[in-house]
Amino acid sequence: MHMHKYEKIWLWSGAVCLTVFLLIVGVSAYAMGNQPPSHMETIDPKEAAVTAPFDKPRMTKVGDQEYEAIMLAQAFTFTPSKMTVPKGSTVHFKVTSTDVVHGFQIPSTNVNMMVTPGYVSKISYTFEEPGKYLILCNEYCGVGHQVMAVTLEVMS
Amino acid sequence: MIDKRDAKLSLFFLSISFLALFIGAIAGLLQTLVRSGTIELPLSIGYYQLLTAHGVLLALIFTTFFIVGFLYAGISKTMGALYDVPRRTGWLGFVMMTFGTILATIFILLNKATVLYTFYAPLQASPWFYVALVHVVVGSWLCAFSMWNQYYIWKKKTNNKLSPLFSYMAVMTMALWFIATLGVAATILLQFIPWSIGWVDKIDILISRTLFWYFGHPLVYFWLLPAYMCWYVVIPKIIGGKIFSDALARLAFVLFLLFSIPVGFHHQLLEPGISHSWKFFQVVLTFMVIVPSLMTAFSMFAVFETAGRKKGARGLFGWVKVLPWKDVRFFAPMMGMLIFVPAGAGGIINASHQLNQVIHNTLWVTGHFHLTVASTVALTFFGIAYWLVPYLSGRTLTPQMNKLGIIQTIMWTIGMAFMSGAMHVVGLFGAPRRTAYTTYSDHPQALDWVPYQAAMAIGGTILFLAILLLIYIIGYLAFKAPIGEMDFPLGEVEEKATSTPIILENWKLWVGISAALIFIAYTLPFWHMIEHGPPGSPGYKFW
Repeated sequence: MHMHKYEKIWLWSGAVCLTVFLLIVGVSAYAMGNQPPSHMETIDPKEAAVTAPFDKPRMTKVGDQEYEAIMLAQAFTFTPSKMTVPKGSTVHFKVTSTDVVHGFQIPSTNVNMMVTPGYVSKISYTFEEPGKYLILCNEYCGVGHQVMAVTLEVMS
Repeated sequence: MIDKRDAKLSLFFLSISFLALFIGAIAGLLQTLVRSGTIELPLSIGYYQLLTAHGVLLALIFTTFFIVGFLYAGISKTMGALYDVPRRTGWLGFVMMTFGTILATIFILLNKATVLYTFYAPLQASPWFYVALVHVVVGSWLCAFSMWNQYYIWKKKTNNKLSPLFSYMAVMTMALWFIATLGVAATILLQFIPWSIGWVDKIDILISRTLFWYFGHPLVYFWLLPAYMCWYVVIPKIIGGKIFSDALARLAFVLFLLFSIPVGFHHQLLEPGISHSWKFFQVVLTFMVIVPSLMTAFSMFAVFETAGRKKGARGLFGWVKVLPWKDVRFFAPMMGMLIFVPAGAGGIINASHQLNQVIHNTLWVTGHFHLTVASTVALTFFGIAYWLVPYLSGRTLTPQMNKLGIIQTIMWTIGMAFMSGAMHVVGLFGAPRRTAYTTYSDHPQALDWVPYQAAMAIGGTILFLAILLLIYIIGYLAFKAPIGEMDFPLGEVEEKATSTPIILENWKLWVGISAALIFIAYTLPFWHMIEHGPPGSPGYKFW
């Protein structure tokens, strides 16, 4: 099919742009390990609250400046509801839902993932700045969705 | 004027469309007022109930009814009056879709379906809500069958002549819609209805979400393609130009059919249960669907420039000045087109694998689709309605209404700049979408978001006033405007343009490739979901 010369130039520049974009996200994903949270571990959602480790939601120290937060999302709160870590800590969040789909987001960080019942969602983040971080649900889960939030305090 | 019976069918679709637009807009206004903390809802109406009404009535009903009405009018114009079977099937589709719409609206108003328009399991609405949605979908399938049937008969009667561009695009749009809605129909019929009635007690959430998003992304192209039809076929005539190339226009639509469906995972990037490699694969396919939009952008501006130069415009950008800015039939779609530049760029950001993590489920996303569907598509649809409604009702677009239409377009653009602009910015700060007014116990970060939510309410108010003006204009054009003959603007193809290769009408080939791409992109991850799925979930009514 015949194409106008200018259209060829336009489409080729578009294609080059798109290829560059894809190379950037591809290199970031596969060479630097920046993949979106995609964990495959499953759990019976009805039994989640009595299945280890979610029977005891807690924040535990697992290494030098390293913490693990085992959390339950349920309408309309997260457990545990108050957590504290020192500045510079890396926290590995491990979250599941006992009822409907929830979101798990910490504004002003890159922590953002879906919490689907039946699956264990995981994400890690290193808190370099001290402050009271908001952990909120960003997926509509019912009439109290807008109050579903807890805080994580990062001490200086 | 097209056949009176076809005009009537088209007008019926358009009427329901604008009625849905009006009710949905009321819900939208109230939402922005609630979210800014300006008002509290009386009579125990819930914020999320309004949100459900807004989403269903605007994203699903306004768009689908408008599109079907517009396509029928154009098909009747370009292929001649509808044959008996297609017309009867069209009416049957209309009845089913309208019944579904009324039923869904009733159950939303009764607060029995406050699950938002995405109805994510395991939130469980009344079974009637899902039954209502099935009626809308199956009704729209009847319309698709009816349009294909018309095309088939026309092809036979004309000895396989090259189909008119408008009708070709209509057939393609409905093909895209049919393939896409198979996913949502499957999840509703096989999962939601048996589960909400109680025949089965559990539902597999990830499978239902995947089927939904298999439909959810091509849905946005179903909205966009009729707008592109206006840009490709109608606008050249209005500005006194010619269609740049019939072949390239058809090729763009073929590419949409191929690449807009196997990309649903880019809405599920942050979900567990889908491996990141399959997500990345669909991200790559998502980027492919940008190509036909780039082709469209080129064609449009080529038409603008050649038309302008024929009128004697000089200099590099002289042709911009001679465009008919004072003709609302051009001005409204043109504003939509211009808005699509930032809107499309935002879309590329959203689909970019990692960047999605920053904006997922924040107000940024709401801001994004208020630029795409609620500006680019909506403004183009308004621009179409200003000539199509009087055309179908045997009246004329008066200079006074033309002027009001221009004011309406400007109001819409300003209102959306406030609302969508604020949504984009506050979304980047992390404010979640689909959330009623909250300060999260006066958390300082959430308090910082409140001024932006106030800006959203200012924008929402301007937008609502624009809707009132629109409804007045449409009402006037339908019932009050002076009787007369309007023109259905249909562009002709540039003489120099290359002829259209016959392969572009090889439906078996394109539908086949589309199906192959869908199988490649979905089979393995979907099989994994079934094989390794967790126990299902019972239903919850948390509203």
